[in-house]
Amino acid sequence: MTATNPQAGESKTGTKVMTMLEAINDAMKVEMRNDDRVVVFGEDVGKKGGVFGTTMGLHEQFGENRCFDTPLSECGILGAGVGMALYGMRPIAEIQFLDFIYPGFDQIVSEAAKMRYRSGGEYTCPMVIRSPYGGGIRGGHYHSQSSEAYFCHTPGLKVVIPATPADAKGLLISSIRDEDPVMFLEPKAIYRHAKDEVPLGEHTVELGKARIAREGADVTVLCYGAMVPVCEKAADLAAEDGRSVEIVDLRTLVPLDERTILESVKKTGRVVVVYEAPKTGGFGGELSAIIAEKAIEYMEGPIVRVAGFDTPFPYSLEHLYMPDPKRVAAGIEKTFVW
Amino acid sequence: MSLELVTILDKDGKAQRGKDPNLPPEELQQLYKLMCATRALDERGLALQRQGRIGFYLQSTGQEASHIGSAYALQASDWLFPAYRQPGILLLREIPYEKIIAEWFGNSGDTSKGRQMPVHYSFRQANFVSISSPIGTQLSQAAGAGMAAKARGEDTVFMTFCGDGGTSSNDFHCGLNFAAVYKAPVVFVCENNGWAISVPNDKQTASDSMAIKADAYGMPGVRVDGNDILAVYRVTKEAVERARRGDGPTLIETVTYRIASHSSSDDADRYRDKDEFEAWKKKDPIARFQRYLKHKKLWSEDFEKECVEGSRDEIAAAVKVAEALPPVGPETMFEDVYMNQTQHLKDQKKYLHDLVQQGGVGAEIGHFPL
Repeated sequence: MTATNPQAGESKTGTKVMTMLEAINDAMKVEMRNDDRVVVFGEDVGKKGGVFGTTMGLHEQFGENRCFDTPLSECGILGAGVGMALYGMRPIAEIQFLDFIYPGFDQIVSEAAKMRYRSGGEYTCPMVIRSPYGGGIRGGHYHSQSSEAYFCHTPGLKVVIPATPADAKGLLISSIRDEDPVMFLEPKAIYRHAKDEVPLGEHTVELGKARIAREGADVTVLCYGAMVPVCEKAADLAAEDGRSVEIVDLRTLVPLDERTILESVKKTGRVVVVYEAPKTGGFGGELSAIIAEKAIEYMEGPIVRVAGFDTPFPYSLEHLYMPDPKRVAAGIEKTFVW
Repeated sequence: MSLELVTILDKDGKAQRGKDPNLPPEELQQLYKLMCATRALDERGLALQRQGRIGFYLQSTGQEASHIGSAYALQASDWLFPAYRQPGILLLREIPYEKIIAEWFGNSGDTSKGRQMPVHYSFRQANFVSISSPIGTQLSQAAGAGMAAKARGEDTVFMTFCGDGGTSSNDFHCGLNFAAVYKAPVVFVCENNGWAISVPNDKQTASDSMAIKADAYGMPGVRVDGNDILAVYRVTKEAVERARRGDGPTLIETVTYRIASHSSSDDADRYRDKDEFEAWKKKDPIARFQRYLKHKKLWSEDFEKECVEGSRDEIAAAVKVAEALPPVGPETMFEDVYMNQTQHLKDQKKYLHDLVQQGGVGAEIGHFPL
């Protein structure tokens, strides 16, 4: 499929309407064609095409040496991935759910993240670790958590979280081309939910550049991943009360686009930080601290966090655990009336 | 089911009939010299630590045959994923003493820029992958590198090391399993030196041996006398050839002994039986190989002097050079975290730079070695 050979659903300008799942799949196909060092592996990623379908067709198109199933071992997937990267490959390791990554945590934190530093730059680990994360699919504790903060807390890793299909493709291609290990966390709640125009073929989005998802004047909402559409709905609710909301989709947590964040909060003077992870120690705490350190004199109200609760992720009460438009709208209002 | 212990040299240094790999005289002498030099390096490393000139040291005394004999079976283009008791491989691969010793001082001469504790070497020029402290992590990495080389149709072989404690790690399991499933060209060498700090073999596993574990992964397991350099060389050579021809990985257990304490911070007398230690001291791998060379008329007093005192002199000279090298600059703390320095690291570098310019910062913490 190329831009010069448009098929159903494609526009003549070289885009096609895709879900985030399809965009991620397309990104891997583009890079596997571009670079024969790119290999994709993990549990059920081969003939099955992944439990969500993100690797659909890769095994068939590129063969067993480029896309293959592994034994059921996150430790092995990630350890082998580090070894492949050291040897000069561009591995894309899929961890079926972020909740299952912990047996391989050592390989990420102690090995991939530190390889360049500890070897004085002699050895590097250009590897992408892809994993669906977050709630909203009735997955209980072990198919729902948002543990991005663990990885943001580890120097040497980059942490990327897309919120739209086009960004998912562009950020994933940039991550594969990046010379450092990247945690590419996919908001599974919006895998199929978000459908949008996605550029065909080559499409990159620079890591470390946030996106203004909606311009506004009165209050800034900082968010990422599946919280972006939640915040968009909250902004609609706030608009009914006459509040003009600016939404900043961070796209990458490490490296963080502090400039865009600070420009926005200095302009609006108010900020709500939204994340679905447990509130305490979450990445939103870091965002709040940066604003407090660098822009407190611009603030006209408290820095408000709307986050998950400090409980394990619940199954039946998921709808009350996850920040929703109503809670985010209440958070927005709190920056005006406190 | 017990595995036979492969041995070639008897305690008097005589090779069993038909088993001698018949290495050429100059290679035998080279191996002996490497073993002596490795021990001399080890003695010097511990001495420098005791003198307070370096912060830490890990000895490999007693394990010279085990790691030099195995790595000797590789080609220079083959890769090593080492643990932390294989310094002789650096000498085998012709890394200069100054470079090794600069790593102990963690100064500007250190290839890893003073980022790690002593003995955590990285030497890309020798295909010697950066060592980390977590146990066993290199095992699954070697499997992955082997999978990559195999998929590319290259004939590189990957040798990786762990100790007896390493066989209990997660990565021992997944590393051996992945390598076997994909028939990756990997040689796993478990140097069983009897002790994981203070924990003996019988607290590490209920298996008859470490090598027997290979059976469950579907690869050959070999148990070899780790103080017999010819036996170690012979079995690893077979494993390397097997890997290179595409027949998959092998687990080799070299049965040896940690003559020293775990590290400069440990005192093995607190937990280890003196008789056991004395018995193993008599099985010294260097003395045993020396007796073999004597039978072969390849040893003389002059040769011994060259190997031992010659190495000590070279090492002493290298210590002088390495110790005098300038320290790493404060700005290097922020390098190599990522390929390109991120804005927040640039900001933090400037913050530290300004503090250092004002003076006094860090004075209370002091400089290494502590």
